[in-house]
Order: sequence, then structure tokens, then C-alpha cells
Amino acid sequence: MSEQFTPNNPLPQEAKLPAEIASFSPAVEAEIDAHLAKYPVKRSAILPLMFIVQRERGYLDPPGVAYLADRLGVRITDIWEVATFYSMINTKPVGKYHVQICRTLSCKIMGAGKITEHCAKRLGIKPGETTEDGMFSLSEVECLGSCGTAPMMQIGFDYHENLSAEKVDEILDSCSRGEYRYSMKS
Amino acid sequence: MFIGAIGCEPLQLKRVNLEHSRTIDVYKRNGGYDAIKKVLGGMSPDDVINEVKKSALRGRGGAGFPTGMKWSFVPKDSPKPKYVVCNADESEPGTFKDRYLMERDPHMLIEGMLIAAYALGARINYIYTRGEYRYLINIMDAALDEARSAGLLGEKILGTDFSCDIYTHTGAGAYICGEETALLSSLEGLRGHPRMKPPFPAVSGLYACPTVVNNVETLTAVPDIIKMGGEAYQKLGTEKSGGTKVWSVSGHVNRPGVYELPMGYVDMEKFIMEDCQGILNDKKLKAVIPGGSSVYIMPAADITGKGVRMDYEGLVAAGSMVGSGGFIVMDETVDVFESTKNLIEFYKHESCGWCTPCREGTDWLVKVFKRIARGEGRPEDAQLILDLCDNIEGKSFCPLGDAAAWPIQSAIKKFPEDFKRHLAPLTMQTETEVAAD
Ligand SMILES: Cc1cc2nc3c(=O)[nH]c(=O)nc-3n(C[C@H](O)[C@H](O)[C@H](O)COP(=O)(O)O)c2cc1C
Ligand code: SF4
Ligand code: FES
Repeated sequence: MSEQFTPNNPLPQEAKLPAEIASFSPAVEAEIDAHLAKYPVKRSAILPLMFIVQRERGYLDPPGVAYLADRLGVRITDIWEVATFYSMINTKPVGKYHVQICRTLSCKIMGAGKITEHCAKRLGIKPGETTEDGMFSLSEVECLGSCGTAPMMQIGFDYHENLSAEKVDEILDSCSRGEYRYSMKS
Repeated sequence: MFIGAIGCEPLQLKRVNLEHSRTIDVYKRNGGYDAIKKVLGGMSPDDVINEVKKSALRGRGGAGFPTGMKWSFVPKDSPKPKYVVCNADESEPGTFKDRYLMERDPHMLIEGMLIAAYALGARINYIYTRGEYRYLINIMDAALDEARSAGLLGEKILGTDFSCDIYTHTGAGAYICGEETALLSSLEGLRGHPRMKPPFPAVSGLYACPTVVNNVETLTAVPDIIKMGGEAYQKLGTEKSGGTKVWSVSGHVNRPGVYELPMGYVDMEKFIMEDCQGILNDKKLKAVIPGGSSVYIMPAADITGKGVRMDYEGLVAAGSMVGSGGFIVMDETVDVFESTKNLIEFYKHESCGWCTPCREGTDWLVKVFKRIARGEGRPEDAQLILDLCDNIEGKSFCPLGDAAAWPIQSAIKKFPEDFKRHLAPLTMQTETEVAAD
């Protein structure tokens, strides 16, 4: 029987970190320490830490990646390898408000297509794009577990359900006016 | 949206509609943490596993594997640490029950995990929640803190020798991480690729240690099994499908929601037409996908007047599966070609890319479906699609490949008209052009 787990092997050679490494406030460092304390193997904290870097720096940028490699004792490529697998890890900047509309079956048959069209028209961008002012990114995403309250979208981590064009307008208006308040702590 | 039990006393949904249902006080006042007290008050780990075996509880994550049996595969004499991992990745299209169980009654999950950890000798345990459910992670973290303050987590729980802790963990947007071995890869900080089985996680799972991975709803069933006894729990359902099951209902029904029904509930037609209050806007029922998107689609003709029993055996006899229990109800306006295209796009997006049949096959299928949707369908496309499915099903590394093939195969078989309509006479496009789309 194969032993499948290979813990963090010591690096074959000293890893060269790029010149610029991200740094964080003591409060954020404490948050990171709390995540690391949960696991017997540091590398397990990679996703929770990526979310923190992303929150603090807008996206997972090269200095953020270097920070993670250093903190977790792995290679830069190990971080990229994981980052590129997961759809919620952004390796490019995203808009201030990331509008993610579910496109999967239950939402689709309840009118998700119209909601996406409406947003695209209003924001003047296609799914996958960001507005020029960097305010909005629009994405079509797969089932978010709100099928019973379809159609739905997420802004950041906030759920907005039972959507209509009017409801979408209200939400996007409050974003444009800078009045939107995230209800979800990230 | 409705949330409640029909045809039985609510077990899993007993507290969900109470005010402040997620607090430890409300949980305790309504029978909460009595089961762990009973366990620590004199049951041996084997006693616990035996009760779970007697309960005929089967995994609610999709595969329906008997839970007691799974627990008994964990080697007792292993010197390695053992882990209980709760699968809260819930990404199967049409499924949202785990979300409400955790949102409204997080302590029930904590108690279920504590009992599992006791039975298996696990000291550290994780709840792997999909990344999009960040608010649930916050809710679970708050509940875990409450439990820790109440002496129900940590060192020497309730003054006994049993010590145990539970931590939340976040995924980051990958359906495949719901598959248990991919979940463990992800929890180890790797890309979420599935692993070869055997060895099964019970023998070599997280960090190559014995690990039990269970769905949220499986674990939340455990406290009631302990309190009422395995036999009484089994009797709520049928001989092979014990207890109650929580179904998610979405799509064209008047009352979508989260429904707890006894296993073996009769029948599916009554459930849709009466309990879920029938089809939206008085339209006619066309099809139901009863177990999350990965199971066979059922035409109305296989439901209406057929007395379909809602349990593992009943749904197989009716031509589908319980899966994750996610009902997607479709009315007569739905084009099954379109709905199938929507799903294959999902599987293509979520294929982890590890093995060729699934990675290339789902991609090719999407190309064919898109070409047909552009009006360039050809009569032989139905056969082409079936051939592609045949080369994915049973030939992929993990069950995601099968899950992609099944909905398509059954859709073509059960709704040939919806496909024929799109398959216009032969155009001059060649196969190579299709592949290069
Ligand atoms: C592609 C795929 C996705 C899955 N997604 C989930 C999921 O989101 N939640 C879940 O509990 N089980 C999921 N499963 C099933 C798990 O592999 C595993 O069988 C289950 O977590 C075991 O727990 P149970 O015995 O309590 O059901 C999935 C399986 C596959 C093949
Ligand atoms: S079947 Fe699909 S999801 Fe599973 S290992 Fe192969 S490529 Fe990955
Ligand atoms: S299909 Fe949109 S949330 Fe499930």
C-alpha cells in the first residue's frame, strides 16, 4: 500500500525569494498564526492564507505569493500550483465589487440568463471582464447552493437571492454610490 | 422558501425554525448535547459504532455507503492519529440542505462530530466548507467557540478523559473537492486532485492517517441515533434506508425548500404536486432530476401514477438515484437539450483535469453541444454524444466522469424528441472542424 502523504520535504536548495515580499500588520499576522495553529502540517493552511492575502492586497500578487512561500516553507511554484487550481483565488486584480451570477441549471431555468444580461448591459461589460474604473467585475459561476432561492448572485461573499432586475439595480446602485456594506466578514 | 418536515416528526430540522436556533442555549434546551453526555456516560466506542450500524444510516453525501460500516473500517490498533473530516463542500447542483443545517443548527453538527470522533478515537477534526460559504464558516466558528467555552470541546470534555477539537477549513471554489480523496488533497494544501482508492481514507486518508469523511447530514443524524437507539431510528425509514432524509427542492415548483421526509416516503408524485404545492404557473411537469445534477433524469411519465418510493432502492427501481437528494423540477417549457447542455458545461468547468477521458471528453462534449446549439446539428450527433459518454463512463479516474456522462445518456434516452429537434440534416462540417471549434 502506498503512503500517499509527503509532508513538506526540505527544499533541495535554498529557495530564492523575489526581492519584494508582502508584509502585513500585527493583527493580520496574528490571524495567520491562528490558522497555522489549526494544522499539524503548515501547508494545510494554504487556502485560508491565500484568502487573507487576497483580502489585504486585492488579489494574489507576486509579493503575496512570495510571502506565502516564505511563511509556509514551500517553493514559489507550489503556491502558484495551488492558486491556479481554485476558481476563487484571483491571480489578477478584480473589481472592487465582484458580481458573481450563478449560471447552473436551477438558476438558469428560473431566469439567471436575464439577470446576467441585465448586469452586462448595465455595467457595459461581458462576464469575465472588469469595468474600466475598476469598480465592478462580472462573472458567471457554478451552483452556489442557493438553488431554492434562484436566481441568485454573490457580491464578494454576500448572498443575494430571489433576484429580479429591480433588485439587482438597487444593489448595484448602492455599490455605485459607495453605500454598499458587506454583511459578510471575510 | 419552505423548511420543515413532512410525514414524520422533524429530527434534523427539529430546531431550524426556532428563534436563535443557532445558539448553544436553544440547542441545549431542545435536547442538544444529551447524546454526547449519554456516550461519555458509559458507552464504549464499539457501542456507538454498533448503534450506528443498527440505524441503517447511509451516507448522505451522494454515494449512500452505510455509515456504521465505514466507521468500522478504521483500524483500531493503528498508532497513527485518526481524523474525522466533515464534508461541507456542498457543490452538487440542486443541493443546499447542508447549508441550512449548518446555518440554523450548527451545534447539531458539532455534537455529531464529537460522537464520531469518540467512536473513532480522533483528537483533531475538520469541517471542510466550500469557499463560497464564508458566512457559514463564521457561524460554525462562533458555535465552536461557544462549545469550547461550555467545556464541550478541548481538553477533558465534560470532565472525562475524552479530549477533542474541531476546526473549520475553507475550500476555494472547486466542485471536485467534494469528492472525498480530492477533499483530503485539498486539506493537505495541494491541488484538489482525487487519489487512487485503495487505500481508502479509513486506512490512509488525511496525512496518510486513518480518516473518516462524512457528509454534514450524515453527521447531524448521529445525535438522534444515539438518543433514540439505532433500531428506533432505522424504523423511521425502511429496512435498508434507515431514518429520515433531507431533500433540497428547486426549479419550477410553487414551494421550493428543504424538506425532511421519512426514508421510503410514498410517493414522489404526491411530494411534488402536494407537498411542494405543484408546478409554478399551473404548467405541466416535464422532468425531475431527483438526486443533484449527477443522476439520471426522470420524465414525468416515470413519476406520475407510478407510486415512486423515496429511498435508495425506490429511486433506483424508478430509474434514478437518491444521490445528494437535490430535486431539480422542470416544467414543460424546458428544452431537455438545453438543460443537458447547461449541465455538461458545469462538468467541463469542474473537471479537475487529472485524467484524459474526463478532461478531454467533457471538453469535446461541450463543443458538440455548442455546435448543435448554433444550429449546426447533424442526425448522427446523438450517436457521437453517446460514444463520447461511453468513453468517459467507467473509464475515468474518479466518479466525476460518470457523473458527467449519466445525465446526458439518460436525457438522450428519455427525451429523444428534444434532441432530434436540434439535429438538422447533415452539413458539410467535418469531425476535425468540430474538434477545432
Ligand atoms: C465529484 C464528486 C463530488 C462530491 N461532492 C460532495 C459534496 O459536495 N458533499 C458531500 O458530502 N459529498 C460529496 N461527494 C461524495 C464524497 O466523495 C463522499 O462519498 C462523501 O463525502 C462521504 O460521506 P457520506 O458517507 O457521509 O455520504 C462527492 C463525490 C464526487 C464523486
Ligand atoms: S474523472 Fe474528471 S474530475 Fe475525476 S480525476 Fe478524472 S479529470 Fe479529475
Ligand atoms: S443552481 Fe444556482 S445556486 Fe444552485
